[in-house]
Amino acid sequence: MRLAILTSRIRVEEKLLIDALRQRAIAFDIVDDGELLLDLSNPDERWREYDAVLSRSLSQSRGLAVLNILEHWGVRVYNPAVVTSTCNDKLLTTLALLQAGIPTPHTVLAFDSQVAIRGMEMLHYPVVLKPTTGSWGRLLARINDRDAAEAVLEHRETLGSYQHHIHYIQEHIAKPQRDIRAFVVGERTICAIYRTSEHWVTNTARGAVASNCPVTPELDSLCVRAAQAVGGGILAIDVLEDRQRGLLVNEINATMEFRNSIAPTGVDIPNVMLDYVLSAMQEEVVR
Amino acid sequence: MTHCPECEAEITVRDLLIGEITYCPDCNAELEVLRLEPPSVALAPQIEEDWGE
Repeated sequence: MRLAILTSRIRVEEKLLIDALRQRAIAFDIVDDGELLLDLSNPDERWREYDAVLSRSLSQSRGLAVLNILEHWGVRVYNPAVVTSTCNDKLLTTLALLQAGIPTPHTVLAFDSQVAIRGMEMLHYPVVLKPTTGSWGRLLARINDRDAAEAVLEHRETLGSYQHHIHYIQEHIAKPQRDIRAFVVGERTICAIYRTSEHWVTNTARGAVASNCPVTPELDSLCVRAAQAVGGGILAIDVLEDRQRGLLVNEINATMEFRNSIAPTGVDIPNVMLDYVLSAMQEEVVR
Repeated sequence: MTHCPECEAEITVRDLLIGEITYCPDCNAELEVLRLEPPSVALAPQIEEDWGE
């Protein structure tokens, strides 16, 4: 059995996965996405050596491109390309959640700035404007009034790429200075953390502090359903607590970062990830 | 041992992996490990818009 880990950089998460593989004496290779030359009509034989490829690319676009190609060549990958594609795009994620009846913040989409302002006023200020393909909580804007809306939209339309001209607008949830990051592996929510911050963006990449969040049956059920809505696999689910409606699924991450979540939860996340990948590989071998 | 491309300080890559990020002890430049034998580092690329989860 041999595994490949696709990377752009070796972060703490990748080192933890490498350590876990070494402890289990599982053969693996680190494949740097920057060094790949992929001849689409002539699959490189090297990929046939792997029973599975775990994508840990830092670059969402590189990772997704490689997943699509490897799947096309019949290589087993984690997470599947369609799951990763859905999670990388907030619009597709929201549509998948709505399709599955998962509670999620009210979201509107517009292309023209004047129409976007109409959408914001329909949702009532404050609202949250996001890029559909952003990461690490970057370029999020909480917009409190029409003046701010006009300014931010003008900046996006003048300075942004075409992707920033798609205005994805969400109602603002008055969360209790925290949100929940839950980790789903297969059909189980293995652990969850609260991400607490005085800033309205509660992302650990933006300085939020992680602490253990008990996985209640309600949280487990919601997160597993949300994971299944995007195709399932190894996923991190971001959940907001709304005073009236309870838990709302906000976003889903397909290449999850977990370095800050092992100590507060006491769960060995990289080993649980490997358990999932290896058991699926073994099932395939048995067949 | 190799040298920082920014300030030429001595850099060791012992216990690091290819692709890992380290910092120059003198100028604090962010460096990416390119090779272990012989050691080689380069200034780490700037964060791109699609990086991260």
